[in-house]
Amino acid sequence: MAQKTDIRTLPGFRLATIGFFIYLYIPLLILVVFSFNATHSATVWDGFSLNWYAKAFDNSDIRRAAWNSLVVATFATIFATSFATMAALALARNHQIKHKPVFNGVLMLPLMVPEIVTAVATLTFFSVIGLSLGLGNIIIAHTVFCIPFAYLPIRARLHGMDKNMEIAAQDLYASKWATLRYVTLPLLTPGIISGAMLAFIISIDDFIITLMVAEAGSTTLPIYIYSLVRIGITPEVNAVSTILLCISIIFVTISYLVEKKR
Amino acid sequence: MGKASKMDLQKRNTLIAGITATIIACTSPASADGDLFIYNWTDYTAPDLITKFESETGISVTLDTYDTNETLLAKLKSGAKGYDIVVPSHNFVEIFVTEGLLQKINAADMPSYKNLTANFKSPPWDKDNQYTIPWQWGTTSFTVDTEVYDGDINTYEILFQPPSELQGKIGMFKSADEVISMAQISLGLSLCNENPEEMRQVLDLLQTQKPFVKVYNSDGILERLTSGDTAIHQNWNGYSIRAREAKASMRYAFPKEGVITWADNLAIPKGAKNLDNALKFIKFMMQPENIAIQSNFAGYSNGITGSQEFFTDKLKAAQELSPPEGTPMVFTKTCSEKAIKLQSKVWTTLLQ
Amino acid sequence: MINKIKQYVGIMPAIFVIGFFMFIPILIIVTYSLLEANPYGGVNWNLTTEAYTKILYERDLFDEISFNSAYLVIIFRSIWIALITVILCLVAGFPVAYYIAIQPPSRRNFLILLITVPFWTNLLIRTYSWILVLRDTGLVNNSLQVFGITDTPVKLLYTEGAIALGLIYTYIPFMILPIYASLERLDVKLIEASRDLYATRWITLRKIILPLSMPGIVAGSILVFIPALGAFIAPELLGGGQKLMLGSLVQLQFSSARNWPFGSALAVIILIVVMLALMLYARNAHKNNSEGTIH
Repeated sequence: MAQKTDIRTLPGFRLATIGFFIYLYIPLLILVVFSFNATHSATVWDGFSLNWYAKAFDNSDIRRAAWNSLVVATFATIFATSFATMAALALARNHQIKHKPVFNGVLMLPLMVPEIVTAVATLTFFSVIGLSLGLGNIIIAHTVFCIPFAYLPIRARLHGMDKNMEIAAQDLYASKWATLRYVTLPLLTPGIISGAMLAFIISIDDFIITLMVAEAGSTTLPIYIYSLVRIGITPEVNAVSTILLCISIIFVTISYLVEKKR
Repeated sequence: MGKASKMDLQKRNTLIAGITATIIACTSPASADGDLFIYNWTDYTAPDLITKFESETGISVTLDTYDTNETLLAKLKSGAKGYDIVVPSHNFVEIFVTEGLLQKINAADMPSYKNLTANFKSPPWDKDNQYTIPWQWGTTSFTVDTEVYDGDINTYEILFQPPSELQGKIGMFKSADEVISMAQISLGLSLCNENPEEMRQVLDLLQTQKPFVKVYNSDGILERLTSGDTAIHQNWNGYSIRAREAKASMRYAFPKEGVITWADNLAIPKGAKNLDNALKFIKFMMQPENIAIQSNFAGYSNGITGSQEFFTDKLKAAQELSPPEGTPMVFTKTCSEKAIKLQSKVWTTLLQ
Repeated sequence: MINKIKQYVGIMPAIFVIGFFMFIPILIIVTYSLLEANPYGGVNWNLTTEAYTKILYERDLFDEISFNSAYLVIIFRSIWIALITVILCLVAGFPVAYYIAIQPPSRRNFLILLITVPFWTNLLIRTYSWILVLRDTGLVNNSLQVFGITDTPVKLLYTEGAIALGLIYTYIPFMILPIYASLERLDVKLIEASRDLYATRWITLRKIILPLSMPGIVAGSILVFIPALGAFIAPELLGGGQKLMLGSLVQLQFSSARNWPFGSALAVIILIVVMLALMLYARNAHKNNSEGTIH
């Protein structure tokens, strides 16, 4: 494999990637640095301190908001990704389904309406049918919104995938389910991972829909942070963001190690 | 492959466990003395106050926050549920009442009603305090860095026709009514103006100011002032205290043409589940020693007599809370449909 | 019959969820757009097409109707900025996606995860960090002055460049991930064959790799274009909020302008435009597909 890599490399692409990652991480570096700031400012450096971490851990509102965000994002991602995978498989592999463009269009629908409008309309609809499930309301709204984000990478992957493997499996008398389970899904994994990641970051960052749909007691982190900026972001918010970053980096490292062991 | 299916099973188990956990989390156990769900502006509820209320009454308080009156209005209008206390501004109280979103509390019948200062008893926006009691009140004008500009700051001229030191260093709110109201007072026009010709003057004033404006944004004012990004910024008096604490040369202006004044009010939305607890909270907030905790925290005045005694020395001395004698205090109003249409037309044209 | 229903089992959950929780709200929006605005927000139940005529025409004092370009200007500016964002994301994102796709598998997943890590922090916080980098007293200007390259700060913040930078920062993963997903199992043999036929690297890129990554590029462009159309955080914070964007315009109608029907009408227009664009694309893709399936 290593020798063959040569042939695929394109000059400058490596440099572009390095540059891209620097661009991606510069703001984060600043964010992390200022979480250790001694004074109240998130923009002017005044010396090192861990105060803001102590404060953030002590702040039950932030803790509750961060927990709510994680719960919502996790469930919305699981639901949206499974629904999107099923839909993508059915639409790409099942030739008896008619009106595919229509179904495709429906799956894109949540993307097409500006968020604030979806937010108001969804809240109106929820209150008309009397839906009141606490965080459940937000999870439902996020699932709907995340489906296209999960669906598109999965579909893109399916389009580019070689059907011969599946045909070969069926030729070897693998049942439909076995083919799906042992051939299609493993091949589809990069698409599913991409889709799930997009769904997750969309959900954990969503503000407007959550703000409107949230019921009493279900404030999420973005809502908390957005309302904080009115007075200016304090290093406390930086501290929370850094903690979330650490969690995500732990995830990344674990998955890297697991991957490597295989 | 066997390994993979085991992992799937595990995943399924964690999923089920997770769902159960959420359901439990959603139906969190109510405390013995009940709950109270407060929906207030961000960073506008003193944590000590909540702790005190909880320990005195045994009620467990949950606080959620919003960023604008409009958000609160849109949410309640679309049927959001679960809040027991909301905090609309005075110029929105009438709207909330007309739209049937609040329930009566008849504060005048409460024993502690006598604690309200005269100007907040039966205010123009809520006759006989049927629906609200005052929470905090304050003013909106602008903060100037006197290191950059050391002339007279108590006039709108330096905001709308800035001297060279301040040109390109102006920060304005990103909010149609707050920007337009200020321009109206500066031009000596009435608020909630319905006269298109006069609104054209407002637009002209704002358009001549625009080249000198660095940013239109209501968030992060403190940062922009202390970093020197802007040297003059539309601001509230409570936040101006924080700006001065961060940089001593910051002064809050009380323009002689008139200062915009507002009051936020405690109210109970219709359908509140914990009505009794909400009423308890309202009575609690009418005690001077309690509301003082809130004023000390947020840096705004309140409408309860005798609360000054409990102010910190810092707040007692704050220039931002005491306008010079004779400065007209202009309470903003609930605008008519026509006035709002003209406002949004001016705003869209300004920023198109 | 049962067999027929079985065919549709796979798509049912997604279609049901979207159909129920999205389609009905859209019907609500369409209804709102045809009603009269309530001055205090919400709607009055009187049918009118006022909201739609308002996009192009305004009523003056004497109730005479005249053409008004203000909203059109805002709409086209937003479309323009969204298009530029797509192009820049593609130019910046493609090399990254390709480079990652040709790495060994374990490093591949690691890099992909690394792309999503920054997005665990809030969009607003990330954008604020850019202010710290770009402003007059910020990281870039300070370094420029320390190294004596400039004496006075270069204006970086509150410029169109700053808006572009912020928008790319917000949306680039939505471009990279789909492209990566479609390139990940790129068949080396195709490239070898191409090189054996004396194609240069660039011709290989253009004739082999780009066409293979097309599904990903299209998916990515959709995922970037549509949200960018409604973007307002980067323009507000990094552009200084001097100009309204479509996203803020719609937002304004549901907040201080209190004109829900007009906000809804704008949403319906966006919906129609995007749908038309997707339909056009689908038709083209269909054509290309049927031409391209000669194996």
